[in-house]
Amino acid sequence: MKKANTTDDSILTDELLRQLINVGEVDILIGLPTHNNAKTIGPIVATIQTGLLALFPRERAVIINADGGSQDGTPELVLNAAIDDGRGRSKVSALRTLPVISTQYASSPARGTALRSILAAAELLRARACMVVSPESTQIKTEWLTTLVRPVYAEEFDLVLPTYSRHRFDGMLLTNLLYPMTRALYGWRIREPYALDFAFSGRLGSQFLAQNPWQDETARSGSETYFTLNAIAGQARICQSFLGNREHVERGSSDLIPALRQTVGALFSSLGPHADLWNASTGSQSVPTTGPEVEFTLEPLRVNRKRLREMFSAGVAELESVFQAILSPATLDELRRIAQLEEALFRYPAELWVRTIYEFAAAYHKSVISRDHILQALAPLFRGRALTFLVENRSGSADEVENNVEALCLAFERGKPYLLELWNGRE
Amino acid sequence: MREMIVNELTQATQELSRGLAHILPRIIVLVIIGFVGWIVAYIIRVSLRSVLRLVKFDKLSENAGASQLLAKAGLPSATEVLSQFTFGVAWLGFLLLGVSVLGVFGLQEQIANFFLFLPRLFVALFILFVGLLGASFFSRAALLAAVNANLPSPRLLGTAIRSIIIVFVLSMVFEELGVAGETMLVAFGIAFGALMLGLALAFGIGGQGLAQRFLEKRLVRGKDDDGKRDELSPL
Repeated sequence: MKKANTTDDSILTDELLRQLINVGEVDILIGLPTHNNAKTIGPIVATIQTGLLALFPRERAVIINADGGSQDGTPELVLNAAIDDGRGRSKVSALRTLPVISTQYASSPARGTALRSILAAAELLRARACMVVSPESTQIKTEWLTTLVRPVYAEEFDLVLPTYSRHRFDGMLLTNLLYPMTRALYGWRIREPYALDFAFSGRLGSQFLAQNPWQDETARSGSETYFTLNAIAGQARICQSFLGNREHVERGSSDLIPALRQTVGALFSSLGPHADLWNASTGSQSVPTTGPEVEFTLEPLRVNRKRLREMFSAGVAELESVFQAILSPATLDELRRIAQLEEALFRYPAELWVRTIYEFAAAYHKSVISRDHILQALAPLFRGRALTFLVENRSGSADEVENNVEALCLAFERGKPYLLELWNGRE
Repeated sequence: MREMIVNELTQATQELSRGLAHILPRIIVLVIIGFVGWIVAYIIRVSLRSVLRLVKFDKLSENAGASQLLAKAGLPSATEVLSQFTFGVAWLGFLLLGVSVLGVFGLQEQIANFFLFLPRLFVALFILFVGLLGASFFSRAALLAAVNANLPSPRLLGTAIRSIIIVFVLSMVFEELGVAGETMLVAFGIAFGALMLGLALAFGIGGQGLAQRFLEKRLVRGKDDDGKRDELSPL
């Protein structure tokens, strides 16, 4: 097989290379990054196989499972699913075989390495369209293959990102920071810059590999966000596809720091290399979207608001020495003031939140202290903002929630000159 | 008698002249070495200051907490202090080199000792700076982790970690300088041992319940549900 010059096969083991060479060139590659997902992976593989056989019977396809050292038999489940390859379930008889390959890229999970393995395999197999599916996406339907892969395969899009129907309080880091800030800076209204189910062209995958971003720790831990932001910066053709309901996942407070690293860390980190692009961009525009751009569900959900409030106030008080290095005196004074407010009166206004985030972004760029410490220091402040979002939207309709998100986005857009001032100002 | 006095005076004058003739060129050499040394030390100071400004040493020093110490002592910035100090040491080195030319008995050995001490002084300063930097980094890391884990008294934890590291660094610095090495080692051992014993007693006697809950949370699966009930998925 002839290899492209940019092929990054250093990540691929000899055994995987042998298996990939046996497969030959493909049209569609499905990537499954896993780690201890035995409970969910079987039905997901089955759905993908059924979808490929039914919707792309003529295309050459392969499923690549990049596993991070599962101890619960996840790779075996993926390979076993390959034996019963869905032909019994599909009413359409496939014209081709559907190979499934499982590879262990490391003995411990690393999302960046998993994505890198999938990208390298896609480049080696010269896949035209690639789709990455999260092993937690138990709500996957065969139609996802149409909504995600078709725009790349048939309509020449480079990147297809998902939109979901979510609970109004699910993904508050996205609605309160990642989406508004990405939109304000890069000018594209992308609802899920941190996508776990997405599709991309082989061309975009090769471009990303050629940039070799893996030396950067942020790119490794926030590879999905970094991939999206690089696609925006590279002026790739991006669209969004509605995938239906996104299952609510309960997480502990300890999940916030990794989430900040995967998303906000990657966003802050991307600002340096793409400064010329976002410095020049003004306003924002929507991207082509199949289905609704956003949908909120409103069922009641129990959240411990008191704990959020306490963690915010304790954070502001205890981390004062850290905030002095990151925030301006005016912003810090304002945070001290709202930290003293009673729970009923507590409110973290959008303008103050925007100013806080932009000051954090500038501090991250200038590395005033360890960058990871800057991200960790953001956690208690995010809890304060999340509390305000919960209170503001407690009894709101889906439209009202969306209006509040839109208002926050506009506040981020209005505040952009302040970030430019901080960014381009003297240290 | 008169002749004898004249002879003695002549001899003394000659000896003085010989002494002056012997010492004067050496003093001139000392002055020249001192002058050249000043120029070299000045060049070193200016170059070092530029390099330190280029690598943003003041910011590093601020992160390490060294700048705050200097400010409290009414001293200028870390860059200025280090470049002045290097200037002083370099010029002093040249002056001592010049003094050794005078051939004063007993001074040669002391000058040699000074030059042997210089590398240890710089190593000690390096240990001190890196140690302060490490103390600042690890105390901040502990503070952030404690705040985000909602642990009680995070600032106390951060300060304790900073203090332990600084004490450890100081003992290393004194050992490197050869100043009261054994005393520092014993003092550090006693202080560290007392701290650990105190913590063990406090945790074992005063915090039995806390220890039990902590171990249960860590070792028994399924008990750590507090956070899961309290927070929503951020992504």
